[in-house]
Amino acid sequence: MPVDQSLVGRTFPPTAPRAVTEEQVRDFVTATGGEYDGGPAPATYPFVVAFEAMNAFLEAEQIDLFRIVHGEQRFTYERPVVPGDVLTATLTVASLRQIGGNDIIGITSDITDDSGAVVCTAASTVVHRGADA
Amino acid sequence: MSLATQTFTITRADLVRYAAASGDQNPIHQDESVATSVGLLGVIAHGMYTMALAARAVSTWFPGAEVVSLGCKFTNPVVVPAEGGVEVEVAGEAKEADGLTTVALTVTSGGQKVLGMPKAVLREATLRA
Repeated sequence: MPVDQSLVGRTFPPTAPRAVTEEQVRDFVTATGGEYDGGPAPATYPFVVAFEAMNAFLEAEQIDLFRIVHGEQRFTYERPVVPGDVLTATLTVASLRQIGGNDIIGITSDITDDSGAVVCTAASTVVHRGADA
Repeated sequence: MSLATQTFTITRADLVRYAAASGDQNPIHQDESVATSVGLLGVIAHGMYTMALAARAVSTWFPGAEVVSLGCKFTNPVVVPAEGGVEVEVAGEAKEADGLTTVALTVTSGGQKVLGMPKAVLREATLRA
């Protein structure tokens, strides 16, 4: 079933505030084969928060995560994420088109800290592979 | 300026660890039967895993640099075998302009490009001696 076209432009409720800890950052760095010795989180770390927003969006729209493949990702940063940050992601559906039974969904998540300042913007394109594709 | 190519290995165990650390528990990154059921050739690495390796390469070349932007397309999935692992190579070309360093990356696996136009823009970037 194609994703509902009326979703374009819709903004979903912000994710619950997530406190970034050194332990979480270390786990993330270790999982990608690196070593963490303190300081800012890696550049792709904000996706953890953006993914939470995306997952909530997919659940709200009853889209199966296993049918989702990541097509494109772009981050623009106001500042690096550091342990101690409390982050929230707010997702907006930017675009939607159908190609060959697949939905190509453009989503943008603004990641803000507890003062409301934008830390990073994560723009994603994800491909929803239709059951008949 | 060409940067020294860095090689990384991805295993299935890495993907399980990354799924826990990132929250992305999409089964196509862990379960062969789910991956093939949606038309993939096998378990594939999270696109964000490969992107994280690209970012790691950048921060190894330019330690402590602030990242202004980072982006790529996921053009070819990186299939990760059940045994052993798969190698990913990250090459880069750096250019400086207006106080910013732009790193154009080339990320390949098995000789094939896996990311489309991966690029990082850095501030205060000093190449590791």
